[in-house]
Amino acid sequence: MWGSNAREAHPIFFHHALAGVRNGAKMIAVDPRRSQTAKFADLWMGLNVGTDIALANGVGKYILDNNLQNDEFIAHSTQNIDEYRESIEEWTLARTSEVTGLPEYAIAELAETYATAESAQICWTLGITEHHTGAENVMALCNLSLLTGHVGRYGSGLVPVRGQNNVQGGGDMGALPNKLTGFQDVANDEIRAKFEAAWDCTIPATPGKHLTLMFEAMEKGELTTVFCIGENPADSEADINHARALLTGLDMLVVQDIFLTRTAELADVVLPASAGWAEAEGTVTNSERRVQRVRKALDPPGDAKDDLEIINMIAERMQPGWGNPSPEEMWDELRTVSPMHTGMSWERLEDEGGLQWPCPTLDHPGTLYLHGWLWEDDLGGREPAPFTVNVWRPHVDELNDDYPLLMTTGRVLDSYNTGVQSDGYNSPIRSGEALDMSPTDAERLGLATGDRAEVSSRRATIEMSIRVQPDLPEGLCFTTYHFADTTDTNQLTIEAWDKKSGTAEFKATAINVKPLVAA
Amino acid sequence: MPEIAVTAATATDEERNAVADSVLLQNPGQISFEAAGPALTFDGDRVARGGQERIFNRRHLLLPVLHDVRDAIGWLSEGAINEISTTLQVPPAEVYGVASFYELFTFEAPSAPDALHVCDDTACRIKGANELKGELSADGHNVHGSPCLGLCEQAPAVFVQRTGEAHVSVRSATKESVEAALGGAMTNPVAPVPQSSEDLTLLRRVHDAAAVDYDGYVATGGYEALAKAVAMSPAEVVTHVGNAGLTGRGGAAFPTGFKWSAVAGEPGPRHLVINADESEPGTFKDRVIMEHDPYSLIEAMTIGGYAMGAEQGWIYIRGEYPEATRQLKSAIAEARSKGMLGDNVGGHNFRFDIELRLGAGAYICGEETALLNSIEGYRGEPRNKPPFPTTHGLFGQPTAINNVETMVNVNQIMLLGGDEYAAIGTEKSTGTKLFCLSGHVANPGVYEVTYGATLREVIDLAGGATGNLKSILMGGAAGSFISTDMLDVPLTIEDSRENGFSLGSGVVMLLNDTVDYDDFVARIAQFFREESCGQCVPCRVGTVRQGESLLRIREKGAPIETERKMLDDFAMVMKDSSICGLGHTASGAILSAIDLGLIGGQP
Amino acid sequence: MTFVDIPVEIRSKVTVSVDGEAVEVLEGDTILDACTKAGKITPTVCYGPTVTPVNACRVCVVELEGARTLVPSCSRPAEEGMVVKTDTERVTNNRKMVLEFLATSSDVSQSEEIQGWLGEYGADLDRYDPATTERMTDEVKIEDDLYIRAYDRCVLCYKCVEACGEDAQWTFAIAMSGRGFNNRISTEFDVTLPDSACVYCGNCVAVCPTNALQFKTEFDLRKMGDWRPEDQTVTRTVCSYCGVGCNLDLHVQDNSIVKVDSPMDHSITSGNLCVKGRFGYQYVQNRPAE
Ligand SMILES: Cc1cc2nc3c(=O)[nH]c(=O)nc-3n(C[C@H](O)[C@H](O)[C@H](O)COP(=O)(O)O)c2cc1C
Ligand code: SF4
Ligand code: SF4
Ligand code: SF4
Ligand code: FES
Ligand code: FES
Repeated sequence: MWGSNAREAHPIFFHHALAGVRNGAKMIAVDPRRSQTAKFADLWMGLNVGTDIALANGVGKYILDNNLQNDEFIAHSTQNIDEYRESIEEWTLARTSEVTGLPEYAIAELAETYATAESAQICWTLGITEHHTGAENVMALCNLSLLTGHVGRYGSGLVPVRGQNNVQGGGDMGALPNKLTGFQDVANDEIRAKFEAAWDCTIPATPGKHLTLMFEAMEKGELTTVFCIGENPADSEADINHARALLTGLDMLVVQDIFLTRTAELADVVLPASAGWAEAEGTVTNSERRVQRVRKALDPPGDAKDDLEIINMIAERMQPGWGNPSPEEMWDELRTVSPMHTGMSWERLEDEGGLQWPCPTLDHPGTLYLHGWLWEDDLGGREPAPFTVNVWRPHVDELNDDYPLLMTTGRVLDSYNTGVQSDGYNSPIRSGEALDMSPTDAERLGLATGDRAEVSSRRATIEMSIRVQPDLPEGLCFTTYHFADTTDTNQLTIEAWDKKSGTAEFKATAINVKPLVAA
Repeated sequence: MPEIAVTAATATDEERNAVADSVLLQNPGQISFEAAGPALTFDGDRVARGGQERIFNRRHLLLPVLHDVRDAIGWLSEGAINEISTTLQVPPAEVYGVASFYELFTFEAPSAPDALHVCDDTACRIKGANELKGELSADGHNVHGSPCLGLCEQAPAVFVQRTGEAHVSVRSATKESVEAALGGAMTNPVAPVPQSSEDLTLLRRVHDAAAVDYDGYVATGGYEALAKAVAMSPAEVVTHVGNAGLTGRGGAAFPTGFKWSAVAGEPGPRHLVINADESEPGTFKDRVIMEHDPYSLIEAMTIGGYAMGAEQGWIYIRGEYPEATRQLKSAIAEARSKGMLGDNVGGHNFRFDIELRLGAGAYICGEETALLNSIEGYRGEPRNKPPFPTTHGLFGQPTAINNVETMVNVNQIMLLGGDEYAAIGTEKSTGTKLFCLSGHVANPGVYEVTYGATLREVIDLAGGATGNLKSILMGGAAGSFISTDMLDVPLTIEDSRENGFSLGSGVVMLLNDTVDYDDFVARIAQFFREESCGQCVPCRVGTVRQGESLLRIREKGAPIETERKMLDDFAMVMKDSSICGLGHTASGAILSAIDLGLIGGQP
Repeated sequence: MTFVDIPVEIRSKVTVSVDGEAVEVLEGDTILDACTKAGKITPTVCYGPTVTPVNACRVCVVELEGARTLVPSCSRPAEEGMVVKTDTERVTNNRKMVLEFLATSSDVSQSEEIQGWLGEYGADLDRYDPATTERMTDEVKIEDDLYIRAYDRCVLCYKCVEACGEDAQWTFAIAMSGRGFNNRISTEFDVTLPDSACVYCGNCVAVCPTNALQFKTEFDLRKMGDWRPEDQTVTRTVCSYCGVGCNLDLHVQDNSIVKVDSPMDHSITSGNLCVKGRFGYQYVQNRPAE
């Protein structure tokens, strides 16, 4: 478990991991915090925030130096090993230990355990991706799986666990700047031609903008109108004050949501939507690429309408005759253009309780794991998987005497993102937002659980409660962003983001904490 | 077991030290497990080592740690439970669940540090136990009623559970002797064996005070049996035990040879576990062996370990046997220092060591699979069988479980040879047998007779009944009442079975016509109600319902016919559908008492 | 290339005779599976498809040739050549007695199944004099807005303990405590759930056979006499929170969700959820007061 607090963020996924532990699997947790997940581990390694590439490279070097790699697999199924080997030359145990703050024996143990296991998985979540080097962090982990052949086999692999119920589905449907439905590349002429024929329109060949670029475009005045569906950037973006100013400055902001969110409050037009999972029909796709049906159990309140219906209504205004196709009709249309969904008829989704893509034909059972082709004797003309070179760079928000503590963020079990959904029920285990800090730091600052403090970053200052948390190492603080109404954590976070994925660096903010004397 | 989330209560320094010392000091003689210490360790604030394997490997420390904390502090506070929880990484709800299973642990600060457990069970009840209990309570002592303490021959008996000091048992107790024990007086037990040494085989050393020490033991022929055993192959030793026709003396009379060869045939690691929980009311023979001839048990176990290739031996002794515990503890330590336990026993090229574990007041832990769960640090709930311990025993590994008396017979078998041994007794019941005589008898105590002696002969050995003998409780609470018509039945496995009773653990409790049978039988019902582990419905509820039925007969004059019908139904479901022997036998004594007209009027 | 693929489990077949009929099941299946296959309806209380059998209730007992006592069908593996009888008087009488014991010690009125079996097996509860028959008399524990614990309805089947422990949740907030008739499901020192390690996944609620553990919504509606299962719909959908894709069965009465569970036979959840999936639905029905 690398940078993943699945115990709290993905509890039912973690049940499966625990079933493995019950059957004798070993678990190593790499996480700056000794999270609830790490508490189940045989070994917890609390690395310095943002040193994942250093650790991964160090592990890679140890594997190669000790000849623990899978040579057969490397020769047959991968490329660029030499470049990779060279690029990690500097990552001796000593250097890795110095950068990550971990003892050498632990790094060696991680490498040996992973490399010598019969099967092994690396699971991660936002602890890996919410960094300015997010994509490279992932690639560095992929290298380890290529070194050892722990990929493309039953029981082995790379497991990014998805944070929201349908992020996977959103991407699958083409809600990515550079992809069409079914992960098909927008730059590919043939593919575009197929879609253009099916949809009877022209599709621009250049990719669109992801969220972070959109904000940049707003800043430059290139983006003046936004139609925002089911997203609450006015609470969820890093460096939130800046984001709010940009949203306010738009010519036109349309928000379609089930709540009057903070973003909706800024909007010119609000389109009330029904809750997709309980008030409408459709599908969602989970972390394991499983497409499943959602169904309507409740009538939505007032005039709220199904998202699809709203979009259909807008489309009808734009192009009369569009009509109001049902979710099933739309699904069937999707199956004609997205090969990986073609085999998933509506009936099959109903009868089989979900199917994992790719599922190209009606008699295809769906696919349990990907990249199995790497193990085939004939790679079928595909390029072998490339090792990548990933250079470690420290997190952007530097620590100094003015901002000596590092704050990282994450989820807790009973709450969710900005809290608009999870605030709706009365959780007996909710203790509210606080800044968790190590006993050593708390003692130095003269703070105890329950005390109030002024927390400032280079961007803002807010007031927070303190919670002393023995699971944190010295120098590290932790908080969530579930309670925007009471504590606006994202005012503090940095807007630095990963050029490849567009993900912001929520995981590393330099802060200063000043005790507030009770009035 | 991971998120050890404990309540806000914290341990006192004293409690914290008790836990830490206990965890560090455990298991000097452990072969099969890694060194002790907390289940979770830190290296600075960046590395933690924990996980399931470490937790599993320490779970068996739970009961010893609970004992140590209770003995140091006097009770188990919430803070202490939390400290144990975090140290062993066992969730607090489970620690509490395990601790609250046992009678000897309490969860509220006691009125006085030392607890008095006064036996008010069968034999003590007819020797003034209730009166003694009343006197002690009236004096403001911290008094608990107790089931049989295995001292029935010296009734009434009291177990003094002290705090920060050694526990003691008080025999033939009076208010004065109990108070002396509270002040530190120790018991120096004399073997309650009226027969003379010449008439004894298994018990031949009990009158020799020197034999409790290693040199004394060796001087009286100790370790000769082991020498004979190691001169043979392990398989030959097992064959001798089989040929001897040795059957279990713990109650079920199962052939020991079968058990041993089954375990020897399973892949290791294997365990040998000695059942010294002796809690069947009226039973005290194992205690006598352990108090007066502890090495004979250690030697026999060593032979068993050699024969079955079991490197780890365990003795599970009931927590209310402080004197026997002390004898065993020092004998094990001495045997170890003489090289007779450890990596190379006596230079014979095999490993064997013994771990002593204490029960904490639960009759059910004498049931062999409950005993295993108890050692492993779980509630002493019996397991469903199959699978049997011979394949899935302690920690899921092949395990032979034998009673103390059964085990010491192994020495005899080695000395004589299996066939010679088999010639003693009858064809189906071989060897000698220990009987525990108590109640209305002239000379209560343990008697060793060759299988085949009649009940009358055994009673005569003990000087006969006192008063007008009316019935005999055979086999204890789990056995049955028989009438004086049975006096000439030979006490063998086959003859007792033919006559509708069982020898069980060898209890022969004589009851004359002064006994208040209603009260006596009600106490047996209460025993089962309190000692049922409560796991299975037939026994958990059945033991309560039969007590209620007796109450209706006795206090409400309910018609015996309707109650008898209900009691029969209760008995049926307990016998047929319970998980373990406790439920199976919980109705026997009660129904036999009705059949004999001892309660509920003439049948 | 050499690699390990999905392990194919090879289980041989065993034939068991159930009431004279030969039934074929797979190795590792239980006698209960064989009985079910033979079309016998076997009462079960402590058995559940998602929890390790503790075989404690003994209501599922059958006669097995060669065994001295009856055996619990739910946990006894089927073996080649076993001869099982379920339709004998001995089996019927034993089941009847177990049911009488359950119903005279706990309030099983909210378990339709147990109510049905009581009738079917001819349990005679009237012969137990209430004045001398001890029952579980625990008061209901209401400690939060999510679920209640009414241990006077508890039959001590251990299922909640298993679900909270290694069979699913690994929180171990509750355990069996005490001994014999004083056995109780309890947190340490019986502290309240919010003070315990409980994380409110409600996986214990999902497996409870007697409603001893119950959604607060159901508890309140029943108290008001307004719990109307006949007016409820059950709709399967997917949880709106994280990306695991847990299936939910929403029980809806009067356009309000009144209870949530997850299908026991779904490979993602095996009936288990987290606090958000089970109790976090409220936001769709926090409607403005009318
Ligand atoms: C409720 C119950 C209590 C028991 N108590 C004891 C006991 O205290 N000592 C004992 O040796 N066997 C006891 N047994 C029998 C054991 O389960 C087991 O049969 C015995 O230890 C096996 O050893 P053996 O074959 O040498 O007799 C008890 C059985 C039951 C059902
Ligand atoms: S028969 Fe009684 S003692 Fe044995 S398992 Fe059942 S409840 Fe426990
Ligand atoms: S709600 Fe979950 S954590 Fe709480 S007691 Fe039930 S199973 Fe355990
Ligand atoms: S609360 Fe329910 S699930 Fe738990 S033991 Fe009682 S009846 Fe069984
Ligand atoms: S010691 Fe009191 S009855 Fe046995
Ligand atoms: S259902 Fe089989 S014992 Fe309970």
